[in-house]
Amino acid sequence: MEFILTKYHYWIYIVLMMIGFYAMIGKRNLVKKIVGMNIFQTAIILYFISTGAKRGATIPIVEHGQGGAMHAIHAVHYVNPLPHVLMLTAIVVMVSTFGVALALIIMLYRRYKTLEEDEILELRK
Amino acid sequence: MTTSPFPILIIVVPLISAFLVPVIGWWRKGLCYPLVIGALSLSVFSSIFILRMVMGQGTIHYYLGNWAPPWGIEYVIDHLNAFVAIIVSVISLIIAIGSKRNVEQELPEKIVYFYCLFLLHVTGLLGIVVTGDMFNLYVFLEIASLAGYALIAIGEDGAPFASFNYMIYGTIGACFYLLSVGYLYVVTGSLNMGDLSQILPDLYHSKVVLMAFAFFIVGVGLKMALFPLHVWLPDAYTYAPSAVTALVAPLMTKVGAYVMIRIVFTVFKPYFSLELIPATAILSWVAIVAILFGCILALGQTDLKRMLAYVLIAEVGYITLGVGLANRAGLTGAILHILNDALMMAGLFLVVGAIVYKGGLRNIHQLRWLHRKMPITMAAFTVTALSVIGIPPTCGFFSKWYLVLGAINANRWLFAAILLISSLLNAILFFRVIENVYFEPARYAHNGGIHEETSRDEAPLSMLIPILVVAAGILSLGILSGEIVSNIIRFAVPGDL
Amino acid sequence: MEVVPSIRPLLAIAVSALAAFLILLTGERRRNMRELWTILASLTKFSIVASMIPTLLAGKVIECTIISLSPGIALQFRVDAFGIFFATLASVLWIATSIYSIGYMRGLKAHAQTRYFFCFAFALNGALGVAFAGNLLTLFIFYEILTIATFPLVAHKETPEAIRGGRKYLAYLLTGAALVFFSMGLTYHLTGTLDFVGGGFLRGHGSNSILRLLFATFILGFGTKAALMPIHEWLPTAMVAPTPVSALLHAVAVVKAGVFCVLRVVLYVFGPQLLSDLNLWLILAYFAAFTVIVSGMLALAQDNLKRRLAFSTINNLAIIIMGAALLSPSAITGGIFHIAGHGFMKITLFFVAGAISVKTHKENVSELDGIGRMMPLTMGSFAIGAMGIAGTPPLVGFISKWYLCLGSLEAKEIVFLFVLLTSALLDIAYFFPIIYRSFFNRPKEQGNSGFNEASMLMVIPLTVCAIISIILGIAPDAFFHFFQVATLAAKSILGIG
Repeated sequence: MEFILTKYHYWIYIVLMMIGFYAMIGKRNLVKKIVGMNIFQTAIILYFISTGAKRGATIPIVEHGQGGAMHAIHAVHYVNPLPHVLMLTAIVVMVSTFGVALALIIMLYRRYKTLEEDEILELRK
Repeated sequence: MTTSPFPILIIVVPLISAFLVPVIGWWRKGLCYPLVIGALSLSVFSSIFILRMVMGQGTIHYYLGNWAPPWGIEYVIDHLNAFVAIIVSVISLIIAIGSKRNVEQELPEKIVYFYCLFLLHVTGLLGIVVTGDMFNLYVFLEIASLAGYALIAIGEDGAPFASFNYMIYGTIGACFYLLSVGYLYVVTGSLNMGDLSQILPDLYHSKVVLMAFAFFIVGVGLKMALFPLHVWLPDAYTYAPSAVTALVAPLMTKVGAYVMIRIVFTVFKPYFSLELIPATAILSWVAIVAILFGCILALGQTDLKRMLAYVLIAEVGYITLGVGLANRAGLTGAILHILNDALMMAGLFLVVGAIVYKGGLRNIHQLRWLHRKMPITMAAFTVTALSVIGIPPTCGFFSKWYLVLGAINANRWLFAAILLISSLLNAILFFRVIENVYFEPARYAHNGGIHEETSRDEAPLSMLIPILVVAAGILSLGILSGEIVSNIIRFAVPGDL
Repeated sequence: MEVVPSIRPLLAIAVSALAAFLILLTGERRRNMRELWTILASLTKFSIVASMIPTLLAGKVIECTIISLSPGIALQFRVDAFGIFFATLASVLWIATSIYSIGYMRGLKAHAQTRYFFCFAFALNGALGVAFAGNLLTLFIFYEILTIATFPLVAHKETPEAIRGGRKYLAYLLTGAALVFFSMGLTYHLTGTLDFVGGGFLRGHGSNSILRLLFATFILGFGTKAALMPIHEWLPTAMVAPTPVSALLHAVAVVKAGVFCVLRVVLYVFGPQLLSDLNLWLILAYFAAFTVIVSGMLALAQDNLKRRLAFSTINNLAIIIMGAALLSPSAITGGIFHIAGHGFMKITLFFVAGAISVKTHKENVSELDGIGRMMPLTMGSFAIGAMGIAGTPPLVGFISKWYLCLGSLEAKEIVFLFVLLTSALLDIAYFFPIIYRSFFNRPKEQGNSGFNEASMLMVIPLTVCAIISIILGIAPDAFFHFFQVATLAAKSILGIG
């Protein structure tokens, strides 16, 4: 129990990730797949962000930081900025994947007039 | 340690040109193609230059924005990536030239966007190869993949759906990769490959590292279509436009294989996957199944392109087998096969492109008379097919030689046997096609079949020259493979194997 | 032993490759020019080979290293007595066959003659490469070239039957090649080298059971090409090929290359000493003896003339292998000499079969009544060849059989003496009815039973071959020094002199 509680945020990401993963693999509707994809990616982003988090820490800016310069020069006093930076990039990647996915869905809908995987497979026979 | 601006030049040139293409294309469409060729040629030159530097002076480092590692992004070029970078840039240049007519015929409206995506895809692949940073690799992986999804989607009828499936699987793979990068970052605080390989050995018993490794393998396995994670590949490569298949098929899976070699042997020390966990043993069994599966399923196909897609799955199996054998000979075979397979697939798909361009059908039973219509193309196809089967002196033989040697060295005689059986299966596969192309069985003649003389209608020179270059490469690189191994690949294989 | 570096072996091989491309470029339209290339190449090839004989007779070895293929293995040609023996035979008979082919193909107005001559030249390229190869890998490269180049020749007629024959041929030979591939890898794994050494280099490497397995895979692998008994099935089926192909390739180049490779493995890889340590020689000898007897009996049952000749070929090849397996000086000399002796006699017989089929379209023994009166020169040559194969003095077959008999006495294995004598009786039993029928029976159908020979382009080569087999019987060293070279080879293998 304690194992679950102390690491509760990780558990949340895992649950989110699994929901997303299930939707990508298991759902037959293409939009639901994309929604799943987004949940999946968001869970990973949350995970990354949380690794940088620190209780009571400030932003890693020396001059304008909360409480002035003295806090931000010791590593214990500021959050690790790198995961945030990485995730900015990852969000860009995620958004562009999302864009491509939506474009594909529009193409598919124009061609088949449906977004159900089964119906598309039926039509393509 | 040497620093040089060339690593960044390899990627920056195609990247900038990728953005210039729509601008110039908006002004004048005809200028796109020369721009693409120019950009890719520059990449080829810089990668050749880099290889020469690496061979002369050892590993090259380049600090992006002058931030020293492990804080900044570092580009590291050693023998392995210099070798793969040349393969990627040369093959993409060849494909760009060879597929020009295909693009004009199949996608007349979309030339500009096609070339933009083409360059982006190549940028992504080259970026994956030159970078020495785990997260940077993820970004390039996604650049290459996103361009790949879009390129595949512009194909024929089934393409958007195949591309959508590819995207779902590809995203799962990329996310797994990202997740494992996160795991490694949590335990080491570093993203630099060289740095990681220094820090990780103390943490090898951590469960987190183990999970990271597992997610890596699955993620990269999805990207390189390693059986059983290959489901997206046959559809995607069959329905994509010929030019796209010719670009994506030889390169994307090979670069995935490169990433796998990098992770298994550089980021992690070889003994991690060899002794601490049975990862390489599992990989080699998976690879064996992949080889058999690919070959046997290819036997059931009648569409030439789809058949080649299954052959590709088997070829990925060969490379993985070399990785899984994890000894000097096996890994040499795997790295050599990256080169050979890139050439063979480029050759085969260029030929398919030429057949399609000339209005031919892709069904292997409808290839009759092609040896009269396109004798030179078909001769090149035969050479390439012989190489896939592994007939010396073509290059395909030599990578098989190292793989078989590796299997015997590892005392895995079953693997050696399967490798040889697979080349027999490939022989059935390709001789079936060759028979259809060259022989004109009399039984069709008196069945009221077509018997008129087919006049010669060879593919245009712009397709023929790249095809011949690839065929010549297949023939000569076989003989030269000893030189390649002793001058480049020998240094690319980790010393403690 | 003194080593002379020289580029001549490479030239001798390259001549026919060059000719092949000239043939392809010249094409059907200028057929006389195309045939000129064939003749020129065969003459050049022979003169280059012949120019090497004196050096060899002086006890030297010619070597030509091209490039390193793999650590410790180079693409290397090393002309020793055994190699030059086979090369001389193949190049001499190529001249005869070239002339004959022209007559035959034109006589039948065959299709795709350019492809035919192209593949023929390429096959010779392979045969000479096999002869001159200095190590197993080089040998294997040319062995495979030979296999692949022969496939279109076997399936030349493109009838369903011919294509089936071609497929069977490929299936057998590629499977054999896969076994050889494996054994080659294992040899390299055990010893780290593949260079041929007279007397073998495997001794002292690996356990006895591994060496036995290696021997089995080698013999099964090369044995497919040499048509040893349980794996001979492709040879009679491949008789659907045009007769010159059967003649040169199935009586000389292809199957003899197989025998040559078996002998190379037995004598130059394993070596007499190791074989007698492991008692493998006796097994191989019995295996070959079994083939000798059974194929002789099966030949009796064939009505198709070419199939009968095919079984006779299987019989004689097994005799050669048996001789080598006995490991006594006379047996090895006799076995090697029989390669040449049988080559001249069997090519005569095949040429005769072809001449008959071009002239009269008869292919079965039962239809040959009275044909000797119509084609006395042809059938006279047939009688000489047939008697030679049965071992009648003063023909060349007698010499080799005499030495083989001496050899089996030297090896103190009387069984093989009986095998040889039985096979001679069988030879008489399946050849003499043909001679009897053609000269003494009256033709069944009336009509022109007068003198009516086939085209001179066919008759001259076959008579010349018959005459040579008489001359070689009287003076075994005439023209080509065959006997001297064979003795030299046997001595170097056994380490005498």
